[in-house]
Amino acid sequence: MFEASELNIRNRKVQRLFRILFLLMTLLLILPVAIILAILTWKGSSVINLSFLFTSPTEGMTAGGIFPALIGTIWLVSVALLFSVPLGVAAAVYLSEYARDNWFTRTINLAIINLAGVPSIVHALFGVGAFVLFFKFGTCILAASLTLGIMTLPVVIVSTWNALQAVPMAFREACWNMGATKWQTIRRIVLPNSISGILTGIILMVSQTAGETAPIMFTGAAFFLPHLPHSVFDQTMALSLHLFVLATQVPGVPEDLPYGVAFVLIALVMVMNSLSIAFRVYLRGKKKW
Amino acid sequence: MGQVDTPPSARKADRRNLDWFIDKAVQVLVFIAGISAIIFIIGIFVFITKEGVGFIFKSNYALSEPVFGLLEKQKMPEDQLDALTDLAGKKFATAEDLLKAVEGVIGVEGAAKYKDILITKSLDQPFNLKTFFTSPKWAPTSEVKPTYGALALMVGTASVTGLAMLIAIPFSLGAAIYIGEFATGRTREFLKILVELLAAIPSVVWGFIGLSIMNPLIIKLFNVPIGLNVLNAGVILGLMAAPIMTTIAEDALKAVPDRYREAAEAMGATRWQVILKVVLPAAKSGLVAAILLGVGRGFGETMAVLMATGHSINLPTSIFDSVRAMTATIAAELGEAAVGSDHYQALFTLGIFLFLVTFLINLTADLVLRGIRKE
Repeated sequence: MFEASELNIRNRKVQRLFRILFLLMTLLLILPVAIILAILTWKGSSVINLSFLFTSPTEGMTAGGIFPALIGTIWLVSVALLFSVPLGVAAAVYLSEYARDNWFTRTINLAIINLAGVPSIVHALFGVGAFVLFFKFGTCILAASLTLGIMTLPVVIVSTWNALQAVPMAFREACWNMGATKWQTIRRIVLPNSISGILTGIILMVSQTAGETAPIMFTGAAFFLPHLPHSVFDQTMALSLHLFVLATQVPGVPEDLPYGVAFVLIALVMVMNSLSIAFRVYLRGKKKW
Repeated sequence: MGQVDTPPSARKADRRNLDWFIDKAVQVLVFIAGISAIIFIIGIFVFITKEGVGFIFKSNYALSEPVFGLLEKQKMPEDQLDALTDLAGKKFATAEDLLKAVEGVIGVEGAAKYKDILITKSLDQPFNLKTFFTSPKWAPTSEVKPTYGALALMVGTASVTGLAMLIAIPFSLGAAIYIGEFATGRTREFLKILVELLAAIPSVVWGFIGLSIMNPLIIKLFNVPIGLNVLNAGVILGLMAAPIMTTIAEDALKAVPDRYREAAEAMGATRWQVILKVVLPAAKSGLVAAILLGVGRGFGETMAVLMATGHSINLPTSIFDSVRAMTATIAAELGEAAVGSDHYQALFTLGIFLFLVTFLINLTADLVLRGIRKE
C-alpha cells in the first residue's frame, strides 16, 4: 500500500551511510588500542614468569624481577583504601540520605567534580606541601596513600551515591514507619541493599589507584629500594613508577623488561575492572525490585 | 498559638534514648564526611598557594652587573669594588642583610655612602608576571640569571591538548552516537564495556606506549629524526581522553527522553534524521560538557605527556617538534629542586596556575550541565 517515495529511499541511504560512518569511527577508536594492547601483551608475556614476579630487581635494575614494586603497590593501595572508603561511603550517605537540594549540597557536588578534575601533578604538589612538609610525615607510604586516597575519593563517593540512590524510597519509608531512626534505616535497609554496588565502586577505585604515578613520585615512592617496607612510615617502590623509571631513567635496560612491567600493570587494572563490570552485570540480573 | 499538652504515653515514646543519640552522632559524622570534598579542595588550594604564592611577590637583594656599573660611576674606589665581587649574585632576603654583608667587606662608612644605590638598584624580583606569561625561556637552574617564563610550556600544553581534542572530539562523539543511538542489545553492551576498559589504562602505560611503540612508528612513517613530539603526545592523549568523553557524551544522549525520539519517528523521520534534528540539539549542553571535561583531562595529564612529548622547551612550528608541557615540567623538576628555593616555589606557582585553569574548566562544565537540568 505504501510505496517508498524517492525521498524516503534517499533518506534511508543517508541513514545507512551515517550508520557505517559512526561504526567506523567507533572501531577506529577501539582498534588501535586493541592492537597496542596486543603488542604489549605479546612482548610482555615473554618476560613474565614466577621468578619475575617474586624476585627483586638486580644489576642496577637491568635484570631480575618486580617483587618489591608489586608489594609496594599493594601497600599504597591498601592504605589509600583504608582512608578513602570509610570517608567516601560516609560522604555518599550524607549526600544521598541527609542532604537537601540547596546551594550547599550543590557546592559539595562542585567540590567533588573539581577534586576529580584537578591534575594529578597538582595533587602531588598538595601531597608534598601538606603531608610531607606540613604534617611532617616525610616521604613515606602514609603521605603517598593519603594523596592517592584524596585523589580517588570522588570515584568512591559517586559510585556509592549511585548505589544508594538505586534503593527504592519505599524500602526506607516502610522502615521509618516501624519507628526506626534514620541511622537504623541506613544500617539495616539501605546499606545491605546497596553493598554490592558500593563494592563495584571500590574495585574501580583500586584499579585507578594502582595505576597512578604522578601523585606518588614525590610523596612516598622511591626509584629503587633494596628492602620491602615495614610500616607506613617507610618509602616503597611501586609498579607504576617502576615502569616510568625503567622506561626513561635507567640506561641499558633490556628492551623487553619494561614491557613485562607494563603488562603486569595493565593486567592488574584490566582484571580489576572486568571484575567490577562482571559484578555489575550479575547484580543487574539479580535485582529484586 | 496555644500549647497542646502531649499525652503521657506519647511523651514516653518520644524519650531521648540511646538510639536517638546514636542517630544524632551519625548525622554529625556523615555531615563532616560530606563536607570533606570541600575541605580537600580548599586544602589543595591553600597548600599549593602557601608553597608557591610567596614566590610571586618575592624580592631579593643581589649585587649584579648594572649595580656594579652604577657604583663605578659614583666613584667607588677600585679596591672596594674588587672586594665586593665575592658578593656578586649572592641573594639576600632583605635590604638590611645585603647592607650588613656589604659593611662586612668595605666597612660601615663606605656602605653608608653608597646606601641608596645598594638598596634601590639591587632589588631583584625572580618572578615577574609579564615574563611568566610572555617569555618562552624557562631556565630555573641557569647560573647567570634564572628565568621563569612559562609561555613555551603553555604553548606546549595547548598544542598537545589541541591536537588531542582534534582527534578525540569527532571520534568520541561519533562513537557515542553509534553506541547510544545505532547499536542495540549485545553489541551495545559489548562496546560500552570495551570503552570503559580502555578508559582504565593507566597514564604511565600510555606514556610507555608513546615511548616504545609510537616513537619508532612516527620516525619510520614520516621520516623524521625524532618521534617524541606534538604528534606523538597528541595522538596518545587523544586515544586516552576519547573513551572518557565517549562515556560522558553517551550519558548525555541517554538523558534525552525517549518520547522525543518516538514523536519524531512517528512523523516518518529516519534514525539519522532523529539524531541530527532531535537528539543532538536536545543533548547539546551535555555534549559540550563532555568536550570540556575532555579538555580538562588533556590539560592536566602528566605522565603520558612527560614521556611522549620529547620534553624539550620549544615554541613548536610543526607537529613534528618536541615540546614540553606545564604538568610534565613539575613532574620532572620537583625532585631536583631544593625545598623552599626559587625553583621549587616556581614549580608550585605553575601548580597554582594549573589548578585555577582546571577549576575554571570544571566550573564551566558544571554550569553548562546545570543548565540542562533546569530545562
